[in-house]
Amino acid sequence: MNKSMQAVYGWLLLLPAIVLLAAFTHYPALSTLWHSFFSTPRGSRPAHFVGLENYALMRDDPVFWQALWNNLWFALGTIPASIVIALIMALWVNRSLAGRGFLRMAYFTPTVLPMVAVANIWLFFYTPQYGLIAQVLHAFGIPGTNWLGSRDTALPALMLVTIWKEAGFFMIFYLAALQTVSPSLREAALLEGASRWQYFRRVLWPLLMPTTLFVLVNALINAFRLVDHVVVMTRGGPDNASTLLLYYIYQVGFSFWDTSYAATLTVVLLLILSITALVKFRWLDRKTHYQ
Amino acid sequence: MTQKLDTLGAWLLGLLWILPLAYAVWAAFHPPAYATRFDLQAPLTLENFSRAWHAAPFPRYFLNTFFLVTMVLAAQLVLSTLAGYAFARFEFRGRDLVFMLVLLQLMIMPDVLLVENYRSMSWLGVRDTIFAVGLPYFASAFGIFLLRQTFKTVPRELEEAARVEGAGPLQILWKVYVPLAKPIYVAYGLVSVSHHWNNFLWPLIITNSVESRPLTVGLQVFSATDQGIDWSVITAATLLSAAPLLIGFLLFQRQFVQSFMRAGIR
Repeated sequence: MNKSMQAVYGWLLLLPAIVLLAAFTHYPALSTLWHSFFSTPRGSRPAHFVGLENYALMRDDPVFWQALWNNLWFALGTIPASIVIALIMALWVNRSLAGRGFLRMAYFTPTVLPMVAVANIWLFFYTPQYGLIAQVLHAFGIPGTNWLGSRDTALPALMLVTIWKEAGFFMIFYLAALQTVSPSLREAALLEGASRWQYFRRVLWPLLMPTTLFVLVNALINAFRLVDHVVVMTRGGPDNASTLLLYYIYQVGFSFWDTSYAATLTVVLLLILSITALVKFRWLDRKTHYQ
Repeated sequence: MTQKLDTLGAWLLGLLWILPLAYAVWAAFHPPAYATRFDLQAPLTLENFSRAWHAAPFPRYFLNTFFLVTMVLAAQLVLSTLAGYAFARFEFRGRDLVFMLVLLQLMIMPDVLLVENYRSMSWLGVRDTIFAVGLPYFASAFGIFLLRQTFKTVPRELEEAARVEGAGPLQILWKVYVPLAKPIYVAYGLVSVSHHWNNFLWPLIITNSVESRPLTVGLQVFSATDQGIDWSVITAATLLSAAPLLIGFLLFQRQFVQSFMRAGIR
């Protein structure tokens, strides 16, 4: 096949995917930016150019800052915890413990369940007085609180659900990586008199680094992308204590119908994701390979 | 000794992890009086399931979700195969740039572009349809990437052999590449189906009627409005909506885990 035929075939094969990808990823990303400079059309008044007015509004909007901070705390609270738990799970399941099959199933099950469904179950766990946590605490004589109803505990309660949901998913990647590690490495290290911790710290952890980075990026994206549990469990409350950026966008866009302001908020979210993407492409992909 | 401690720790964590599911099973299979009282003598019942099934149009929601995941998967398989083939085996100017633009979708997913995609769907006049729920996901960067990597590992000699017999590019794709990538298709299919079975926020926004709502949204509407705090019925509905995936997972556990592994290593 000659060169120009190659090009014709190549573009024809790409065409359907490219058109749809551009229509529902690239175009909306750009039009979000465009619309953030306009006012929201209301009734008979069409949208008009307002410059940076929406951004000024955002700068002075305490709920936006709260959502942003909450989201950063949410990422900081969930990502390291789920990575550590995932790694421990993988190390356990990779060995011949009694009941390994059951354990792997137990760890992984949350991944296949819909977030909406499990959020409903956790909703019951957190219910004051007769919820499961309240009952267990009561049995030990400890007074419980309204976990989802108080400002201090609402966001941590959501974090716990997220860690529970994601750890098993990340475990899979560690498990895959661990299975490529030759057992002779372990034998050699132990023969040299290394303790288990030293073997982990000096041999396994560096070998698992690419996996950790990969999981880290995925976890970061998920922290800004997944708000199903916020919708089901707290609706951002109480008093915006558990609102996350995407949930706030959803509220502004589809409860208050202020589409321009929602677009402005989306620009911030896209900025965060773009930085993540940049870090990934520049820094991560030198270690993993895209060829 | 350490082996015993490890086993103990692993089991404690495992039990903790399975607890929410175990509780849901408990509450769903016992009368409402036992939803928050744990008594081994409690009678078993299927009453909650039939109440949930009749309290909301769950059969319709099931049908919608089934239709949705089938449509999305079919579109994704076709589009990703064609595009992956182009990226793996055709040389043309601008290919690498386009590939980078495709990969961008791994970071910026349609999930976060709610407002603009809603606008596009209104413009297309397809709001509140199952088609609109699936449409933004038809072209999948992840699928394109996965198949490109797979097709690249296919030895060129196989392609040459087919070409000598007079096969065109599409025939080569269909006869040589697709059969060799079968495990990847299975892996991708499982990941895609479980993702779209569970997807929630976009369908919540774009659908507004029983005819187009998938299960996840139906479940939320049901438990948020109709039931108050009847945990037995809510857990029964929850289990119902997760059941097909859950049963599939329990039956084909190994394939599920391996698929997520395969799809994840990139």
